[in-house]
Amino acid sequence: MSIVDTAKQAAQGLLQSAMEKLVPLAPDSWIPGGVPDPLIARKHGLIGKPVSRLDGALKVSGGAHFSAEHRFDGMVYASLAYSTIARGRIVAIDSAEAQAAPGVVLVMTHHNAPRMAAPALFGSSPTAVGASDLPILQDDRIHWNGQPVACILAETQEQADHAVSLLRVTYAPEPATTTLEGAKANGIEPGVFMGGPLENTIGDAEGAFASAAHKVDHTYRTPRHNHNPIEPHAATLAWIGDELVIHDASQMVSQQAQTIGEVFGLKPEQVHLTSPYVGGGFGSKGLWDHQIIAAAAARLSGRPVRIALSREGVYRIVGGRTLTEQRVAIGACADGTFQALIHTGLTVITPHNAMPEPFILGTQSAYAAPNLLLKVEATRMDLLTNTFMRAPGEAVGTFALESAIDEMAVELGIDPVELRIRNEPEKDPTSGLPFSSRHIVEAWRQGAARFGWDQRSPVPGARQEGEWRTGMGCATGTYPYYRMPGAEARITLTRDGDTVRAKVEVAAAEMGMGTATTTAIVAAERLGLPIEAIEVGYGDSAIPGAIMAGGSQQTAAIGAAVIAAHTALVDELLALAGNDSPLAGLSADEVGSDEGGLAKLDEPGRRESYASILARAQRDSVTATKAGSAPLELMHWSMHSYSAVFCEVRVNAVTGETRVSRVLGAFDCGRILNPKTATSQFRGGIIMGLGMALMEETMVDDRSGRIMNPSLAEYHLPVHLDVPEIDVIWTDIADPHTPMGAHGIGEIGITGVAAAVANAVYNATGKRVRDLPITLDRLI
Amino acid sequence: MSLIVNGTAVPAPADARVSLLDHLRETLHLTGTKKGCNQGACGACTVLVEGERILSCLALAVQYDGRQVTTVEGLAQDGALHPLQAAFVEHDGFQCGYCTPGQICSAIGMAAEAQRGVPSYLSDDLSADTTLTRAEIQERMSGNLCRCGAYNGIIDAIQATIAPKVPA
Repeated sequence: MSIVDTAKQAAQGLLQSAMEKLVPLAPDSWIPGGVPDPLIARKHGLIGKPVSRLDGALKVSGGAHFSAEHRFDGMVYASLAYSTIARGRIVAIDSAEAQAAPGVVLVMTHHNAPRMAAPALFGSSPTAVGASDLPILQDDRIHWNGQPVACILAETQEQADHAVSLLRVTYAPEPATTTLEGAKANGIEPGVFMGGPLENTIGDAEGAFASAAHKVDHTYRTPRHNHNPIEPHAATLAWIGDELVIHDASQMVSQQAQTIGEVFGLKPEQVHLTSPYVGGGFGSKGLWDHQIIAAAAARLSGRPVRIALSREGVYRIVGGRTLTEQRVAIGACADGTFQALIHTGLTVITPHNAMPEPFILGTQSAYAAPNLLLKVEATRMDLLTNTFMRAPGEAVGTFALESAIDEMAVELGIDPVELRIRNEPEKDPTSGLPFSSRHIVEAWRQGAARFGWDQRSPVPGARQEGEWRTGMGCATGTYPYYRMPGAEARITLTRDGDTVRAKVEVAAAEMGMGTATTTAIVAAERLGLPIEAIEVGYGDSAIPGAIMAGGSQQTAAIGAAVIAAHTALVDELLALAGNDSPLAGLSADEVGSDEGGLAKLDEPGRRESYASILARAQRDSVTATKAGSAPLELMHWSMHSYSAVFCEVRVNAVTGETRVSRVLGAFDCGRILNPKTATSQFRGGIIMGLGMALMEETMVDDRSGRIMNPSLAEYHLPVHLDVPEIDVIWTDIADPHTPMGAHGIGEIGITGVAAAVANAVYNATGKRVRDLPITLDRLI
Repeated sequence: MSLIVNGTAVPAPADARVSLLDHLRETLHLTGTKKGCNQGACGACTVLVEGERILSCLALAVQYDGRQVTTVEGLAQDGALHPLQAAFVEHDGFQCGYCTPGQICSAIGMAAEAQRGVPSYLSDDLSADTTLTRAEIQERMSGNLCRCGAYNGIIDAIQATIAPKVPA
């Protein structure tokens, strides 16, 4: 690092710390969201109405083309060979037979791969998204069991797959850390997440716990998980002149293009990455070795390449959620008031990544305890790098915390809903910031009434019909409101006679969350145009700005960018309107968009249509591009999505089989923009939570470090019959401080669910399961 | 050798290793049929062969000489979506859309199986007529995975169209 970089970083660090001190103290009106978004007050438009997905017809008819469904002339197919040892060296690769096999175009190994930089590690710069910073096919080192060691290109997939089976790779294994015990013996380090330590200490939690009248103190374990989107990871790519064109499956379109460009020493404009359809991601659809290997092989062979990973291939090179061991200790008074809350524990990372599962994030703002100790520590194993998976931190952290709350409710003899409400904080317990919008108590009350919580017996095992014992459980879910910097929006109005259409472009990703549809709804309201007049562009690195479909922040990031671009557009239109317009002399903050044009805010009769403004200015179109404001609101308020999850299970007394018979999620996530797609987001998260509770586990062979169940037959996901009709309700109370009054909804659904199931299993059977998944053997 | 795909005769592949799925996707460019696992575990590749649902990843293309194959691209009639396709949109029976063609083809095949009286794990009487209750549909559709978790909407769409609602 140069001295200039060091000085710049130091200056940024000082600025950051000054901001963190000043922003909380600033008046609300100085902060983005300090003045409510005008769309919050608009009650008669499309926002809040159920709108079917705009890309629905394409998806149900097979017309949406995913990454492995694009074609280039002369395209060849890639197949990968994966290491069978966890650590060591490649001694030799005998590829003679593979080279001679029919249709083979290229055998690429570390011997002949082009020289490439290692991908920049996620978070090391605003656009760096490498899941690890290991070099790819650059040397003979093996870092995990499953690491790609060779890539074969052939005219057909069958030929490439067959040729890979003909490779003979000889390894010199070295000792590897493939057991948790071994990793712990090697050492434990503080967990560092996004540049900061995962630790909060307030008061003397251990002291207060020791002297508390009522205590629970247990260890909870969660295993490794895989995302398992039904679309396996794939890319179809070509070098066209000096440009690398990639049809990819990406949750982070622009950042991924930038990071790949750096690997190959390209300028940002030399990588064009598109990803309009993504067949599920859940955190996994990012940059992994396969895109880089395919691009290198395409360059070496001079042929366009399709690389479509097999399902096993996804398990070998695309990391999942890592395991955790969490201690939760709560000390409380007889009235249920918490005196101490301790949530600490261990997670596993690899020598080359930066993602300790941050399981304390949800606990940081959950309950009002005067003494808090929260800490994540990490240890390292020689395995495939782990990564973000839906609600990283909260999904597994709420399992431990919310199970412990249930245990405390049993200890105190207080209803678990009531116990949570009694410990509701007035301000954020760790940051001290005021909450922007927290109506979790309403969610609890509404959810309990609708679910029939009063029918639950507090006595475990009280309800049995035949072999089946029935129980109810509940838990709080929580996920922070994020808005990442870097989002831009480009709005183009185009006139055709008296008709005006708008194109809104954002470098966002659509994995099925409904982003394209919701963006059109919001743009229609923002611009005062019918939704039929709106076209949304996304999933293309040629669009300005960088937006990530992660952290449940995409809708907020897009919302703020469109607000900024709309303001810029109004400026442009007023300049074009000139002195002959009814709007003459007005400034951008005096007018708004309404009914196909601009109108003075406090005098709606003073107006002019977009078509008229453009016609008089003899223009066919006008464009404005602008970045969203800096997300200072995150330092000014404590902002989160919340849920109250209720679950009813039936547990077979003979076999130990658990069936989930009812689930209700009561959500407090600001204003819901599109109830139809939002319901699917909530339900989808809940279903992933049911899988986490009852069946999901990525199994690693302790001896070899190899994943033992790399298939959808052996890694069990919830299927149709596992999923009851899921009831979803929401408070629909707008957050006055966010674009559209909305909060993120992509990850809140999974949080709390595993605890609600475990608590229901306890209520049904009297057995407390603290290790996920709750399989049959743990109940008989 | 030829197959009839969506009413059109197409040649079978020269390489006998080519699965029906890969033949559809890579040779015929009918990419509506999806590859999720390539080992019969997810159902994304489900197509209809003369009305019966099969997993095209576990079928060799050359086995289907002279047979009628219908993929998701062949369900729309005269430019109008099949009622089940339209119901998937109305009931939000998908999010990412990747498992969707398989779910739709599977549901059509499933309804035909029930019509023929094919029993399921849930059937109490193996020889009785089948009534497609919600649970029966769930059981019979359990070979089609959806990781986005659109299961409720999928069952709603099936009940609203090809398997009219009956008391659970």
